[in-house]
Amino acid sequence: MLRVDIEKQLGEFSLSAAFTSEGRVTGLFGASGAGKTSLINMIAGLLRPDRGIIALDGETLDDTSAGLHVPPHRRRIGYVFQDARLFPHLDVRQNLDYGRRMNRLAVDAAHRARVTDLLDIGGLLDRRPGKLSGGERQRVALGRALLSKPRLLLLDEPLGSLDEGRKVEILPYLVRLRDEGIPMVYVSHDAAELRQLATQIVMLRNGRVTALGGVKVLAAGSST
Amino acid sequence: MFEISPTEWTAILLSLRVAVIATLVATPFGIALAWLLARRNFWGKSLVDAAVHLPLVLPPVVTGYLLLLTFGRRGLVGAWLADHLGIVFAFRWTGAALACGVMSFPLLVRPIRLSIEAIDRRLEQASSTLGAAPWQVFATVTLPLALPGVLAGMVLGFAKAIGEFGATITFVSNIPGETQTISSAIYSLIQTPDGDAAAGRLVIISIVIAMGALIASEWFARRATQRLHGN
Repeated sequence: MLRVDIEKQLGEFSLSAAFTSEGRVTGLFGASGAGKTSLINMIAGLLRPDRGIIALDGETLDDTSAGLHVPPHRRRIGYVFQDARLFPHLDVRQNLDYGRRMNRLAVDAAHRARVTDLLDIGGLLDRRPGKLSGGERQRVALGRALLSKPRLLLLDEPLGSLDEGRKVEILPYLVRLRDEGIPMVYVSHDAAELRQLATQIVMLRNGRVTALGGVKVLAAGSST
Repeated sequence: MFEISPTEWTAILLSLRVAVIATLVATPFGIALAWLLARRNFWGKSLVDAAVHLPLVLPPVVTGYLLLLTFGRRGLVGAWLADHLGIVFAFRWTGAALACGVMSFPLLVRPIRLSIEAIDRRLEQASSTLGAAPWQVFATVTLPLALPGVLAGMVLGFAKAIGEFGATITFVSNIPGETQTISSAIYSLIQTPDGDAAAGRLVIISIVIAMGALIASEWFARRATQRLHGN
């Protein structure tokens, strides 16, 4: 279970959001500038809230009243960025193995094989990120996050930088991922995307939560 | 005509030793300082930045004299080091290395700083979400991506160190076999009658070393750009 109750001032923009989610895939929905990315950066620990609490499965990750802030590298929360952010000096194989090495996890060949099969990236292992297409890069980024064995996966508009054709290429992988059972927070401004993937919706507008509930809440005012 | 005499060889080898040691010892400090200047905001940062560049602007004789006052036998730091650790800089080749290290430091730091500043910080964020502690982020992402800049800085620093003259001769004088580098040997030779041929040989050697360093530095800079584009 994910519990978020935070306030953050970012220049002129103020973010104040509270929600809990039991859902397997929490869809964070809103127009650009609604504060979605700031919110998941806080869940990842990359940004510190001014006030409030973030807790995951009973473990407090941020509690400003207690001065508690667990740094990102101790959260075991995977993050797939819109722009993939693969390490340019490492090939795909090394990128995929990075999280395992940093967390000092034992080599798990079965897990690695399953993830590379799931995402169809077995043929890319020896390539450098500069030689990948946008869709391939995003699949590798997904695999890299998954192989660090996170307790929660954050996805920030993972289809955002792709054209329509590429989106159709990636979406089935995301559905497969959801059915793997790893809890996710999925950020998007595309209601159709969330209808396919999310089990619970948090609607965000100008830094405030305006609706909470099942995917049905997307129907009311779903235009992006 | 191109017969290199033993005295000239001594000067060349001493120059190489002084420049290599100066560069190797200065590099870790250079990386640490470049990282601080590129990535941290702290009180007095612009002062530190100016101080690093000072040897570039000050007359070398002033830098050499300040080194003499500080690291000479009766200098504040020099006396302590000699008494407690047995390290003596004054009129030794180690002093020449110190002078060269200080003089070349700005040239060493600058390319490293620029290459650290050019690194996409979002890659470092990605690294931390994958479980890398701050020192691991530095070791596995920041430093490898900055490596071409580090090498370019080392090459430039080395080239500067090998040509250093003013601060070195002021601090440790011009003693053949101990502190007489290529530069101070040339200086002595052109003041000696019939020294022209020997001076000319050393001049050519200086030019070759400097050109080699500049070409190497260029090459590393090109590698840096390629690396950051992921090819």
